[in-house]
Parts: sequence; structure tokens; C-alpha cells
Amino acid sequence: MLNNSITAAMADIATAVKRYSLVGMLGWQDVRQRYRRSAVGPFWLTISMGVMIGTIGLVFGQIFNSPMKEFLPFLAAGMILWSFISTCVLEGCSSLIAAESIIKQLPIPLFVHILRTIWRNTLILAHNIVIFPLVLLAVQKPLGLEALWSIPGFALLVLNLAWISLILSLLCARYRDLPQIIASVLQIAFYLTPIMWLPSLLPGRAGTYLLDLNPIYHLLQIVRAPLLGQDVSTVSWCVAGGMALFGWCIAIIIYGLYKRRIAYWL
Amino acid sequence: MACIEFNNACVDFPIYNASARSLKKRLIQVATGGKISSNEQGRVIVRALEDLTFSLNDGDRVGLLGHNGAGKSTLLRLLSGVYAPSAGTASISGEVASLIDISLGIDPEASGRENIFMRGILLGMTKSDIAEKLEEIIEFSELGDFIDMPVRTYSSGMHLRLAFAVSTTIRPEILIMDEWLSVGDEGFKHKAEARMNELVEATSILVIASHSRDLVLHTCNRVIWLEHGKIKMDSDPETVTRAYFGH
Repeated sequence: MLNNSITAAMADIATAVKRYSLVGMLGWQDVRQRYRRSAVGPFWLTISMGVMIGTIGLVFGQIFNSPMKEFLPFLAAGMILWSFISTCVLEGCSSLIAAESIIKQLPIPLFVHILRTIWRNTLILAHNIVIFPLVLLAVQKPLGLEALWSIPGFALLVLNLAWISLILSLLCARYRDLPQIIASVLQIAFYLTPIMWLPSLLPGRAGTYLLDLNPIYHLLQIVRAPLLGQDVSTVSWCVAGGMALFGWCIAIIIYGLYKRRIAYWL
Repeated sequence: MACIEFNNACVDFPIYNASARSLKKRLIQVATGGKISSNEQGRVIVRALEDLTFSLNDGDRVGLLGHNGAGKSTLLRLLSGVYAPSAGTASISGEVASLIDISLGIDPEASGRENIFMRGILLGMTKSDIAEKLEEIIEFSELGDFIDMPVRTYSSGMHLRLAFAVSTTIRPEILIMDEWLSVGDEGFKHKAEARMNELVEATSILVIASHSRDLVLHTCNRVIWLEHGKIKMDSDPETVTRAYFGH
């Protein structure tokens, strides 16, 4: 029974990945639909993100008395990545609910809808990331070759977001209050994770709790640290890798058990 | 070789009303020892299909008759693989295409040409497949220069023509339809009819829900009459239509 459902879940995920052209098209369509007939298009997001980073950077840079050369790139990379992570999770929650009309009509693997959300947000991230080199230019900080480490980091991050979205989308299809809860949790996570504040400002004890025990910090760090020219700690790689492995096992079991029920819940 | 086997397949819809669906209620239920949930978790269940047993093989052209709410659409969804039976088994081997709503996935802001690709990919065609058939689809739809205009500028007739032209390019083994597709004005209707026949010819199994006696008599070689989610009659078109329509 369990074996069967695991095979079914794997088959669904494999077919979904094989239909990448469908995922690509739906994701593009989402982005284009949002900004059709607007002259600047998705770059509106970039502009508002840029303005936000600028404002927060000025205010908190003063409050924390941090040097701009260090604080501004840190804030920019953190905010851009956080917005990617949080929208992926939040929209991941509603990815199955939003695709109801397709799910009830066409036998398309359901994981396609999860991938669509991730792909859509990756496209938006690609627009937002433009800000980062501009910030580096503004504070005259060079970008080293070690920044390339953020590519495998990003792949690992996406792998983690995929299983989180898969589980959440399933639970949210069944329990419709969950998206609201997730939204609040994400809000809290934003303040607990060093995005707006530098980790070096933390007093010793608090650091262990807010950094080492915070999985979001590690997920963020595997992409952000290389961009800032820092080394990713082995702990961060291990936590992120372990999360991906463990999370995917759980996700496949849950998905296999409840996949058949999803259409009934919508 | 396409084939469909149903064995005591049932479809039960759990109805979660707004409060039963919330996590709060779930938690309170657990907290109070599940007393509220006396009758099988306290859930309301609608049985849409009950104990369907039948098999369809190559060459079957099945018409589904039944009053509103008899379970025709649910059965079509079960056949297309959207729903899995909640009890019993439904095994479907063969590539299925469902043409229940041919406008699904059409984006009014995109051009006709873009929509051909979107609709095609959604139906399971590859990009190169579509590129190959693109000219033929455009020609068939008779949209001319409008093909590069956003679909929102189309009249509803043009919109349907486009959806029809793309949707009928697929050649599945099992075809699921809700009523016969008929679009356009007099002239176009003729072409559409011929194209539909061609599509039906090319498929091994056709299942179509209908309320039309003529359609069933012309297209089908087997008719299943559903009533209250059960099969009332499963036989040749003449017998069933006589019993169903009463003359």
C-alpha cells in the first residue's frame, strides 16, 4: 500500500518534471498576465524593491550605526532572497487551490502546479536581482569569483522550497485557514532571521538560538554568503542538504498517500 | 490498444462546510474527544457514483444519458483520470484527452497565436507538434490577421473557433466529451462537423455525455443510462433511447 503510493508519487513528480515546457509556459504566462499592458512590466517589482531597500538601508544603517559598505549589500541580497523564499512558500500554499479549474478538467500531474509557482517566482527573482550589482556599484564593493557558489546554493534552496510547497499546498487544499497561519509565521520568521539586522550585532547567547537553530538562516546563507564574498559554513550546507533529503522523503510519503484525494478537496 | 475497466467504482464527495473545514474545529474535536464526530467523523458525504462496473474496449462509442445530477460529469471526470474512485477500482489504459471545456487555458490578453501554443501544450502536445500544425490550425479557424491580435478583441464566435481548432488537432486513444462540440455560423459548422467526425474516427474509445437522442443514435454504438449515480441500463442505443426518451 505504502509502496504503491510512493511509486505513484514519484511517477507524478517525474512526469511533471518531464513536462517542463508546460511549467515554463504557465509560469511565464502568470508573470506576463500580471503586467500586461504596463510599460515597465515586472520591473515594477524591481523598482519597489529597490526603493524599499534604499529606505530601510538608510534608516536602519543609521540606527545600527553600521557601515553602508557592509550593511547595504547585505540588506539587498537578504531582502531579494527573502522575498523569493516567502512568496514561494506563500503562493505554494495556494498553488493547488488556484489551479482548481485545470485540476478538475485535465489529468495533468499535480506537481506541475507546484513547479509553476516556483518557476514564476524564479522569474521575478531574476528581475529583482538586478538591484544587487547596482548596490555593489553604489558602495564600490567588488564581486569575487566565490559568488558562483551561490548557484549550487540556489539549487539546494529551490529543492527545499519544492518539498515545502508540495506539503503545504496539499494541507492548504484541505484546511483553508492554513494559508493565513503560514502568512503570520513567515512574518515572524522575517524578523527572527538576520535580513534587516547584521548577525554580528547579536550578543553571544542569542546568536546560537537565532542563527544556528534557525533553518531559514541556513537556507538564506547558502545563497547570500557567496554573494557577499563570504564562505558558507559547513553547518549551513549540511543543514540545507539534510533538510532537502529528509523533507523530500516526508513529502513523497504524504503526497503519495493523499494525491488521490486532492481533486475531491478542491 | 485502449481499454477501460471499472470495478465497483464509487465516488463520494466529502462536503466540508466552512466550519468543519477549519483546523480550529479539527483541534477542538480532538480536544473534546471526538464526540461531535459521532457519525463517521461527522462529515456529510454525497455519493455521486455508486458501484459502477463496466468495461470499454477498442471501437466503443459510448453515449451517457441521464438527467441533471445523475452523475454524468462526475463519470466523465473519473474516466479522464481527474478523480480517483473513492472505493473500487478504475483502470484506464491508453492516452486520454478530455474536451469538456475547450476554452480552458485561453488567456484573453495573449494573441491567438500564443493561445494556440498554450492550449496545445495544456492538452499534452509538444511545442514542435504545434509549430508543425500551426498553419493548418490558423487556416482552419479562418481568423486571418486576427490571429496576431489579443483574444479579448475576438467575438465569442471567433473565440470558440480558435479553441475548437486547437482542441481538435489532438489524436488521443480515449476521447471524453461533454456534448458534441458545435461552433460557428452555418458555413463553419459544416467544417467543424467534418473535423469532429475525423477526430472521433481516429480515437479508439469515445465517451460522450448528451441529452440529444439523435446524437446518441448517430454517433454511439453503446449507451449507458445513469440514474442517481447508478447504471440503470447499459445496452445498444435503440433499446436505451427507447426506454429513456419513452418513445
